[in-house]
Amino acid sequence: MASHGIKDQVAIVGMGCTPFGEHWDKGADDLLVDAAHEAYASAGVNQDDIDAFWLGTMGSGVSGLTLSKPLQIDYKPVSRLENMCATGSEAFRNACYAVASGAYDVVMAIGVEKLKDSGYSGLTGSRPPSDGTDSSLTAPATFSLLAPAYAHKNGLDDETMKEVLTRIAWKNHKNGALNPRAQFRKEVAKETIAGSPLVAGPLGIFDCSGVSDGSAAAVIVRAEDAHRYTDNPLYVKALSFSSGPATGALDPSYDYTTFREVRASAEEAYKQAGIDDPRSQIAMAEVHDCFTPTELVLMEDLGFADEGTAWKEALNGSFDLDGDLPVNPDGGLKSFGHPIGASGLRMLFECWLQLRGEAPPERQIDSDKTLGLTHNLGGQPGACVSFVSVVGSEIG
Amino acid sequence: MRGIIGYGTYVPYYRLDRARITAAMGAGGGKGHRSVAGYDEDTTTMGVEAARNALRGSSVTPSSIWFATANPAYLDKTNATAIQAALDLPQETWAVDAGGSARSAEAAISGARGTPGISMAVVSDLRTGNPTSNDESGGGDAAAALLFGDDEDAPVIAHAIGRAAATGEFLDRYRLPGENASKIWEERFGEQAYLTLAEDAIERALKEADLGLEDIDRVVIAGLHARAVRSLSRIAGDKLVDDLAGRIGNPGAAQLPLLVASALDTAAPGETILCVHLADGANASVLRTTDAIAEYTPFSSVESQIENGSDNLDYNLYLTWRGFLDRESPRRPDPDRPGAPPAFRSEDWKYAFVGSRDRSSGAIHLPPMRVSMDGGAVDDMERIRMADTPATIATFTVDYLAFSLSPPTVAVVIDFDGGGRFQAEMTDVDPNEVKIGDRVEMTFRRLFTAQGIHNYFWKARPLAE
Repeated sequence: MASHGIKDQVAIVGMGCTPFGEHWDKGADDLLVDAAHEAYASAGVNQDDIDAFWLGTMGSGVSGLTLSKPLQIDYKPVSRLENMCATGSEAFRNACYAVASGAYDVVMAIGVEKLKDSGYSGLTGSRPPSDGTDSSLTAPATFSLLAPAYAHKNGLDDETMKEVLTRIAWKNHKNGALNPRAQFRKEVAKETIAGSPLVAGPLGIFDCSGVSDGSAAAVIVRAEDAHRYTDNPLYVKALSFSSGPATGALDPSYDYTTFREVRASAEEAYKQAGIDDPRSQIAMAEVHDCFTPTELVLMEDLGFADEGTAWKEALNGSFDLDGDLPVNPDGGLKSFGHPIGASGLRMLFECWLQLRGEAPPERQIDSDKTLGLTHNLGGQPGACVSFVSVVGSEIG
Repeated sequence: MRGIIGYGTYVPYYRLDRARITAAMGAGGGKGHRSVAGYDEDTTTMGVEAARNALRGSSVTPSSIWFATANPAYLDKTNATAIQAALDLPQETWAVDAGGSARSAEAAISGARGTPGISMAVVSDLRTGNPTSNDESGGGDAAAALLFGDDEDAPVIAHAIGRAAATGEFLDRYRLPGENASKIWEERFGEQAYLTLAEDAIERALKEADLGLEDIDRVVIAGLHARAVRSLSRIAGDKLVDDLAGRIGNPGAAQLPLLVASALDTAAPGETILCVHLADGANASVLRTTDAIAEYTPFSSVESQIENGSDNLDYNLYLTWRGFLDRESPRRPDPDRPGAPPAFRSEDWKYAFVGSRDRSSGAIHLPPMRVSMDGGAVDDMERIRMADTPATIATFTVDYLAFSLSPPTVAVVIDFDGGGRFQAEMTDVDPNEVKIGDRVEMTFRRLFTAQGIHNYFWKARPLAE
């Protein structure tokens, strides 16, 4: 028994992505229509050409009807998926497998989340009835546990740690300022970031991703059919998913400076894609920067920085748009907010633009490398799910 | 011989400086402090803490729990069952409530004393009055537990050698169900009624003990009628046991057992203590300590608990906790109520803080798991109660966004002595004072109340020195 991957068996031939933001004038239905039709147009297909759909949404609807009704899909299969904050990526992964299996020729993965209708701050969701003993901590609080632990392990004082986190937020906002689809399209001064009101632990408002609405979609076909739709398909090199035993809060050996699930999913993805040195082989990465310390820790978990060095690399600009390995060139969750079902596909959309040379010139990455990575995680340190994909503009 | 074989008390962490009432309201208040239950405490949780202290100071298992309070967390539903569960006592334990009035303390104490076997009276009260009232400044929150048994169970440290009660039907203080504050009839009326009843009860109790008042070493006088208590206190002279009201206020139903415990904390063998309770009548008993009291050390003395409190509670926070001030809630959903079946299934965990230990690897799971995180063994676990095990903070954070009656929420990841990790909420702590490496212990609290259901569970608090 082994995992084999589906390297170069399927390709993305069209994508759509709505602007992310406070869409007071649009519901989840509207966002789905916008993203789906942009993707159809991008691939040069009609809705009737799509054989099956995978819809990712955490809380903006249940069942395939959430998609088939607004799109008026005529009696085709629609699967609705949820995998916490990796929901959009999970829709993509399953759609890819359906094509690779030979079951369908043309499929769509689409994700949506309408968060701004709740009236609440941050993410909310309903849980099954419980005994009342579950932690009631908010997401920023659980992720804030990473910061003091990382600082302690690597000998950083509080000021340096704050500087590192601030630089990550500053970098992502700087990138987002160049992206017309981003929720926040302004650079933010480091003093503003560092001085923002505290939300949890050392994390201020600007260490947290925003709350927004959005949708993104991809049309996926067999790799050998890809050129019938586009001259520049994006080939799927690796898809990995890791769901952990969630023992971080029980296991004294867990030190809150790593995501074991991310390490497992990265290792698996690199194996599938044939990558042995991600730092030098990948052109760009879109990672799950839900909170600034998350991006910091991910740099080491994904193998972009050596153990204990991500903070230095973040400070010296290694992951800037013009750095050695651009991370979140579209602005990340920091600039886009995190409409849960859409985020994973929004990350792929940036790979779609960058690796095909279609990003706006002011943020187009200048690289001769052909691989992009997306990473999505859900849950909290010590208890999470993690997704990694590698896509590339060339076969092989 | 049957009598008291152990006791435990609980004085909550917070003190309200009465001068803060005067400063804020231009009226009320006064000198000294009153004790204040935290926003996450009620009479049931305070009762659990007092009972835990009683059991930690002994090595016995009670077969009945008699719980009394004038301020029950639930009506209709028995509150003593949560105490029984939190103490991890077996289902054979008979746990019952006596409630509603300050006098119900006598029912719990008499019931426990009179029930064969080892019985525990747990009395808890949380006193609130309208802002600027005497009840507000003079009230207090506390709990006390008295363990009764026979010499063959454990050495009796004190026993009653004379008892008498007198009952009077008259309006002293009264409160309709659901009301936050008591009403009180004109004080001079109650004073006369009480003094007559007290003289009668004391005389009969002393007669049964075959003692005169001059033979008594110390006198405890408890009761919410301050004027009557003050008048009666004249009979005691310098034998009067400090009623602690200046430092913690008068904890209503819990005052009698708390002051008895306070007296026992410093009592020598062979002392006689006259204990009088004024509450809709008078109850007098004469206790005599035995030689065994010299060997008995309470888990935590009343004095040490009073000393360990924080007297820095803001009056506006006190008013918020008591429901007089509604703060703007965070823009977050209200917490979900706990489900009855899930809570029933996890009673050992939720109420008794019992995890599971893998028999093969020794790994401790909090909450309990069927499949081991270390080695994957299935259904090879033994129960392990962690409620009384100290722990050390591994890391922590402060959550300014989470729902709380008293934000921010402090969350700690703690490693228990001897193994086991848990992510807990921390209470009774200044968020700015928490540090990695700090020592903590577990305490039974009410996390929140949602849709009429109190959500009880355990939190961490700084380990008492």
